Amino acid sequence: MELVLETKNINKHFRKPVDFHVLKDISLGIKKGEFASIMGKSGSGKSTLLYILSTMDTDYTGELFLNNELATGKPPQELSRLRNKHIGFVFQFHYLLSEFSVVENVMLPAKKLAEKSHAEIEHDAMEKLKMLHIEHLAKQRASRISGGEKQRVAIARALINSPSILMGDEPTGNLDSHNSENVFSIFKRLKEEEGLSLLVVTHDEDFANRTDRIIQMEDGRIVS
Amino acid sequence: MTNWKVILNIAKTHLLTKMKSTVTAALGVTFGIGAYITLVSFMTGLNEMLDSLILNQTPHIHLYNEIEPTKEQPVALYEQFKGAFNVVESVKPKQSQRKIHNALPILNYLKKDDKVMGATPQLQANIFYLSGSIELGGNLVGVDIMEEARLYNIRDYIVEGTAEALKNSENGILLGAGLAKKMSLSMGDRVQISTVKGDIFPLKIVGIYQSGIAEIDNIRSFANLKSVQRILGEAQNYVTDINVKLQDMGEAPAMANVLSKQFKIKATDINEANAQFETGSNIRNLITYAVSITLLIVAGFGIYNILNMLIYEKMKDIAILKATGFSGGDVQLIFMSQAMIIGAIGGILGLIIGYGLSVLIDNVAFETEALPTITTYPINYNIGYYVIGISFALLSTFIAGWLPSNKAKRIDPVRIIRGT
Repeated sequence: MELVLETKNINKHFRKPVDFHVLKDISLGIKKGEFASIMGKSGSGKSTLLYILSTMDTDYTGELFLNNELATGKPPQELSRLRNKHIGFVFQFHYLLSEFSVVENVMLPAKKLAEKSHAEIEHDAMEKLKMLHIEHLAKQRASRISGGEKQRVAIARALINSPSILMGDEPTGNLDSHNSENVFSIFKRLKEEEGLSLLVVTHDEDFANRTDRIIQMEDGRIVS
Repeated sequence: MTNWKVILNIAKTHLLTKMKSTVTAALGVTFGIGAYITLVSFMTGLNEMLDSLILNQTPHIHLYNEIEPTKEQPVALYEQFKGAFNVVESVKPKQSQRKIHNALPILNYLKKDDKVMGATPQLQANIFYLSGSIELGGNLVGVDIMEEARLYNIRDYIVEGTAEALKNSENGILLGAGLAKKMSLSMGDRVQISTVKGDIFPLKIVGIYQSGIAEIDNIRSFANLKSVQRILGEAQNYVTDINVKLQDMGEAPAMANVLSKQFKIKATDINEANAQFETGSNIRNLITYAVSITLLIVAGFGIYNILNMLIYEKMKDIAILKATGFSGGDVQLIFMSQAMIIGAIGGILGLIIGYGLSVLIDNVAFETEALPTITTYPINYNIGYYVIGISFALLSTFIAGWLPSNKAKRIDPVRIIRGT
């Protein structure tokens, strides 16, 4: 099976306030169409790993491959483009631009990519919102909608450029069980219907148990 | 590669949702630029007026015979005293005539020169104005009045009567305003003058002359060159001074030097005659620029402050933009374009306000005895100041925006998202 994401011997240190070895020899691969979750206690380094995988954090040693292409050591400008095109990201706290409308938030990464016309992007954005059953909110200001809705808008935004992989940093961590269930089923459907690869950091054991694969982390190492 | 449409759209949304800070920042620039335009227009207008007050009346080169001792005393020519140490006491000025030798050929020569705008002959005579038993010392200047009007704007200083009236009357006089006041004379009256030799002539007052400089107005009057020659009993080629106006004032010193050698005559140029005046102008300009630059720097700090605050407020947005694929450069461009929009709008408003205030000042009445031609405050509407104003507005907002936006560029999204 083809790998979407692969790491080889990733090591990371936090140097302040004292030297701390957060990640130790992390080597893993995410297959195409795989729904993987990373679990572990607070401080086990799972979020740190996720930010390295998302190319936002470049302060590490080792190698990171995205679609079999080496991402390590690329200039920031190119990493931004890589992130824009291939990685969708969903945070624990929805993080929408509150001054923009819902549909504008969703359209923004596609406008940045600028591979499609404005009309096409708007059409795509509405499609994504429809798929997540929030098309009626399209013209609302992002600050005016509920938490569960915001998270769905964030997912729509993550999907707008048809990324190779969707990453989530505790995407359900701030939601009630009903909305958590909702987000999980959306992820599941994306994997099954669109063949999307997913990598989600979570604390929620129920959530993790229903994914294809659990990557268990402890003290900066992958234990299983 | 850079997607300007998206960047400008984000910048626009930020500015519109933060309308209050945007307006405050733009107003800072507006007042800075507006004050600069007003100040510089007013100050340079004033400078120009004062300059022209002196310069309009002053010839670029003044040719005359100086009363001075000969540089070489006769003893130096005497062979037998050669090499000796000669002492000459009680040296007297050389016996010479005040008249310029060959004045008419010199005038013709000057008028044919391309660099010369005009050359006018003058005959300065010391006379007495007689008013009953009182004799007032003064001088009467014989001029070619139409040439004076063309070259030195003498019309501006004729407060009553006209230059033409003088030209058309055989024995007319343009009386100094101070003299007219002292002797209680007005237009149409006759004034008696007496030459140094004692001859008395009646002249008709066809105009009053007021230069704005009291010392001149109290002694000087003008008459036709021919009238004065007749009064003094001199021939038609008797001229004591030749005033030259050049196309380019900058050539005056060099040309004065040449003329002086060519005609063996004393030639002073305008810089020599008005050295201290230049200094005054320069210092006034210096003060104007110092104040203006201070105003603009203060406006720049205002923009810096507001953008800095905006960036702190938008920290999360910056992190999201970076996480979703906007590069540091894009983020910097977003904030830079905000700064530049503020600068451009504030700057243009500033130019308009500056222009408005200038027009206002231009229409405020300003009347003073000393300046007969001025009725309102002087303003200099030089387009150059407007160009400098808008350039400085853009430059200062660029610098003020550069520092905070550079910080935004370097913000690490991971740290913001993880909240550390």
